Amino acid sequence: MPRTVYFFATCLVDMFYPNAGLAGMALIKREGLKVIYPRNQTCCGQPAYNAGYRDEARKVAAAQLDLFPGNHPIVVPSGSCAGMMKHHYPDLFFGKPEHAKAVDVADRVWELTGFLTDVLNIKLKDLGEPLRVALHTSCSTRREMGMAHAGESLLAQLDAVEVVEQTHKAECCGFGGSFAVKQPEISSAMVRDKTEALRATEASLVVSQDSGCLMNIGGAIEHQGEGPKTQHIAEFLWERTRER
Amino acid sequence: MSGEFHDSVVKALGDDALRQHLRRAMDSLIEKRLAVFPDQDALQALRRYGMAIRGNALSKLPQLLERFEARCEENGVHVHWAETTDEANKIVFEILQSNDVKRLVKGKSMVSEEMGLNHFLEDKGIECLESDLGEFIIQLAGETPSHIVMPALHKSKQEIAELFHEKFPDIPYSDDVDELTAVARGILREKFMQADAGISGVNFLIAETGTLCLVENEGNGRMSTTVPRLHIAVTGIEKVVEKLADVPPLLSLLTRSATGQPITTYFNMIKGPRQPGEKDGPQEVHLVLLDNGRSRIFADEELQATLRCIRCGACINHCPIYTRLGGHAYGTVYPGPIGSILEPQKEGLERLGELAEASTLCGACGEVCPVRIPIPKLLNRLRWEGVRQDGTGETSGQGRRRKHSESLAWKGWSSLASRPVLYRIAVKSACRFRRLLPQQLGPWTHVRKAPEIAEKPLRELVEVQGFTDE
Repeated sequence: MPRTVYFFATCLVDMFYPNAGLAGMALIKREGLKVIYPRNQTCCGQPAYNAGYRDEARKVAAAQLDLFPGNHPIVVPSGSCAGMMKHHYPDLFFGKPEHAKAVDVADRVWELTGFLTDVLNIKLKDLGEPLRVALHTSCSTRREMGMAHAGESLLAQLDAVEVVEQTHKAECCGFGGSFAVKQPEISSAMVRDKTEALRATEASLVVSQDSGCLMNIGGAIEHQGEGPKTQHIAEFLWERTRER
Repeated sequence: MSGEFHDSVVKALGDDALRQHLRRAMDSLIEKRLAVFPDQDALQALRRYGMAIRGNALSKLPQLLERFEARCEENGVHVHWAETTDEANKIVFEILQSNDVKRLVKGKSMVSEEMGLNHFLEDKGIECLESDLGEFIIQLAGETPSHIVMPALHKSKQEIAELFHEKFPDIPYSDDVDELTAVARGILREKFMQADAGISGVNFLIAETGTLCLVENEGNGRMSTTVPRLHIAVTGIEKVVEKLADVPPLLSLLTRSATGQPITTYFNMIKGPRQPGEKDGPQEVHLVLLDNGRSRIFADEELQATLRCIRCGACINHCPIYTRLGGHAYGTVYPGPIGSILEPQKEGLERLGELAEASTLCGACGEVCPVRIPIPKLLNRLRWEGVRQDGTGETSGQGRRRKHSESLAWKGWSSLASRPVLYRIAVKSACRFRRLLPQQLGPWTHVRKAPEIAEKPLRELVEVQGFTDE
């Protein structure tokens, strides 16, 4: 079991969901680990990478590589940013001087929920009121990182939480980064179907591992009117289990 | 492409009946596939095997094609090479002409769709009748396939019934599937007997034996390739495998992934024309091997994986974009994820590069591909090819998707996000002045509320909470 971790919070959590970042760090800290937040972190580079702008992505990614000098796991509260660092950094820096460093970083990257279950084997004690919750496991967490089991098993540990399953639960919500901007009509159709499926569960809360999905799903639900709230899974887990 | 694709997307999304029909069809295909792969470990092992077989074949493609051609000549199959679809069409026409063919029947072949073979031959006065039921339906309707395995997938039973009623007014109206099939069968039987030639596709070419393998469910493939006195097969150069033993695992992956069948009703292994003493089979067999951009794809070590495809359509069946649009909206011969990597390479990024952008990179396609083509990775690669400017590589239309405003925006972003001090100031300012930022963000806010910037960014809060950076 590691004693120290680096927390790479991601640009979206930094600006839009800071409480999710704090919660993620608090969950790890409560297990007795030291959590280091490298203050010079910015963004993993994924937005440019997925838009095809690899030079620009590499420039930003290169600026992250020196943030993790110790041999500690790097925990990321997002499946897609973790996927970028774990699976695409080695390709992005192939043939470049930083390649070895990029591979070393990639080897140490964990998506947060996967780290909590597979590394820390965390045990949660639910202190909250009964609640009906749906989980949208982000595509990157599910497929790229192979960590769909993590979110499900964490929620299952919460005694007063009833987890409900939406139809087509493994289907993408339609975010896809630049996709939502370049193909807005298809993206809209996908998020409409996703929100319909989530509403049909009558959950009062939808949680997810990725800020992008939350922005998409949460933004759509709010635009439609009344509906379930959305929250990053880290924030939800922390709120449910925090001793006050 | 841009305007064209956008228009067809809007049109497809406006068709609620089509979308519901597609969703039901895809759900059922997904379920059927799952049911025939009950053991996850076995599935993953088989996928790795399939990838290795196809990868091995591609790694020695030129040699295998030579060996295959030599075996074919020994077996009495005439092999023709076509670099372009025009060449392929001409070759087919010349063979038909020298055999005085007026009428022919066709088995299903996506390569013949690639060639536009039917139109080409019909313009020359040769009647081409599609004998696969799905192809027969869309030929009647004057449409193109919307799916590479189930070409008439977009049509409901009622639509097909109405189409038959309109085209064959003498036959009583029915929307019973068995009756409709019987109508088609009756018409086709007659045509098989009259046809001067049969044209088919090929699923696998075996280099070791010179065998052409053809997978089908209706028996029309066997009829097309055995009843008429002349058989012409058309296929892509990438379809070759090294040896006979490579075929069973690929066949198993193909039929399970495509339609959830452990095996198809028919599996044809064609090794040449009728031999002395045999009672059936064609007098003459020709094979046209089409390149049409495949050599260029082959030349790139990473993109070469595109050619591993065995055309099962599983990526299509699992694609959330295809499920929303259907196949016609893509405006290409091959729709869905495989089309979005194949077509831009075949036709050039300038014209079709947008297809590589029309994906969320959700990974559903790559997860099910029986030969493990990393489709999301290749989509990403093609996005790069579309905007890169270093002029290396083989992909046609490289750099032609680059837009000045977009590249400036990414340059600005990368300057900021690679300078931590500057970035910190920018993020803090954005949070401080968040109320002044626009709440309308183009199409994003047509169906969503704009995301709310936090009062304070995490980078400020961590300091308060006492998390250090060392």
